[in-house]
Amino acid sequence: MKNENLYNYILGIADNSLILGQRLGELTGHGPSLETDIACTNISLDLFGQVRSYFQYAAKIAGDDRTEDDIAMLRKERDYKNVLLVEQPNTNFAYTMARQFLFDVYHLAFLSELQKSTDLTLSAIANKCIKEVSYHERFSSDWIKRLGDGTEESKVKMQEAIDGLWTYTDELFHQTEADKAMVAEGIGVDVTKLKDAYYARVNEILEEATLEIPESKWFQKGGKEGIHTEHMGYLLAELQYMQRAYPNMEW
Amino acid sequence: MSEEQIKNLEKQFEERIARDEKIEPKDWMPEKYRKTHIRQMSQHAHSEIIGMLPEGNWITRAPSLRRKVALLAKVQDEAGHGLYLYSACETLGVSRDELYEQLHSGKAKYSSIFNYPTITWADMGAIGWLVDGAAIINQVPLCNTSYGPYARAMIRVCKEESFHQRQGFEIMIKLANGTPEQKDMAQDALNRWWWPSLMMLGPTDAESIHTEQSMKWKLKRKSNDDLRQQFIDQTVPQAELIGLTIPDPDLKWNEERQSYDFGEINWDEFWQVVKGHGPMNKERMKARVNAWEEGEWVRDAAMAYAEKKQERKEKQVV
Repeated sequence: MKNENLYNYILGIADNSLILGQRLGELTGHGPSLETDIACTNISLDLFGQVRSYFQYAAKIAGDDRTEDDIAMLRKERDYKNVLLVEQPNTNFAYTMARQFLFDVYHLAFLSELQKSTDLTLSAIANKCIKEVSYHERFSSDWIKRLGDGTEESKVKMQEAIDGLWTYTDELFHQTEADKAMVAEGIGVDVTKLKDAYYARVNEILEEATLEIPESKWFQKGGKEGIHTEHMGYLLAELQYMQRAYPNMEW
Repeated sequence: MSEEQIKNLEKQFEERIARDEKIEPKDWMPEKYRKTHIRQMSQHAHSEIIGMLPEGNWITRAPSLRRKVALLAKVQDEAGHGLYLYSACETLGVSRDELYEQLHSGKAKYSSIFNYPTITWADMGAIGWLVDGAAIINQVPLCNTSYGPYARAMIRVCKEESFHQRQGFEIMIKLANGTPEQKDMAQDALNRWWWPSLMMLGPTDAESIHTEQSMKWKLKRKSNDDLRQQFIDQTVPQAELIGLTIPDPDLKWNEERQSYDFGEINWDEFWQVVKGHGPMNKERMKARVNAWEEGEWVRDAAMAYAEKKQERKEKQVV
């Protein structure tokens, strides 16, 4: 493939939305209230919409007969490049919101930079997505505050979720080879430069939510290189089920 | 209020309805009208909410991104329908929590069709095509019902439902024109959903207890049997168009009636499911009750936070 770095770069971005959208899709019909149910379904819908834009573009770059669905559903686990954070399970509503929040703050900052990409398709996609993602970030940070500063029980649950997921935040700022190549070409975003503002924003919300900022300096990584947690295989089993069971068919 | 005064009000009320005037939440209404409307609207709301489960079951396994997005949007619409129907109920003085309580305790009913399992992707097509198709036939007349908030909600609901129905039929077309395996999947779904869809239009007129009063209040404009016939006459040609077979050996065009004759419906099965013994009744209820109970701490926290915020605001003002 001529543009392999660009192709991999796009997959790296889109896989985060794909896997998080899939996780949120598990919750439809099971939310703690009708309003949160609608909101989580809506966020999932936004994320899959973004995924389609990215993968359609990636398919074009690949220039063979692969489709958006081939890219989404027919790769092996090691070829998915999402961060570990987004594949973490819906342990409870606190985990779901903490995962969302810790990703949204990054996602918003990332898209804001991607808008400046010299690749016009990517900057156009970023421009469209950022409106949706700023809503996601507002929604999830509101829930961090509600649950953090709600009842004793909700505070404990929210703190546990933040503590549990904190270990996956640092990976957001790791650069892959494709990242480096794309940054050099003015196409990609230098994620290492987003880190300080990210933690500043996250800490600000956690403080407002009367939560403790985790002190642990031990972080997990691997997703961007395709080395995932044990949750990932099951998630993919569902995501890929139809395409694997009924190969080469149109739906 | 004297008995005569009430009679007078009732007379005026019935006259307003006869003149096709809308009844609004603050208008006087007979208690029976209020109760009947709460029952029907909440049943409808519950059906939307329970209906999210069989389709939600396929969101994570949808076969393509396009289908996944459409399914998510559809289930989200259903949650939205539930939301405004519960709100319409609230205009009659009953809270959403009370209505949930009725659902969870088994006191309130919802559409029995959702007590059947969705076991293949084709079920997403069959539900859209048949179940939403039958729902539209039930609901279009309600856009002109006498109670204003219900009528207005139904206008929006029907628009979205007809979109869902086309979307479901489109899934079926694709399968019916696909590989033999896909076509079998579509036929199998039609076989399983056909009869429950016919039952969805309600018991035969002879067995239906609410029809007469509901007709007067425009909560019902046609009898169950008429609606069922309309559904069959509309759906059979669609099945033929895509080369699927309606699983009824007695189905036959009746030239004289200009309608289809059809076979005996298994009403024992219908009543079994209504009474709570369908294949998925227990699972559906368990899923709803779990969501509600496991969500309690979240709702409590949201309430506590809102109160704290309000207090802080008041303090600031002082």
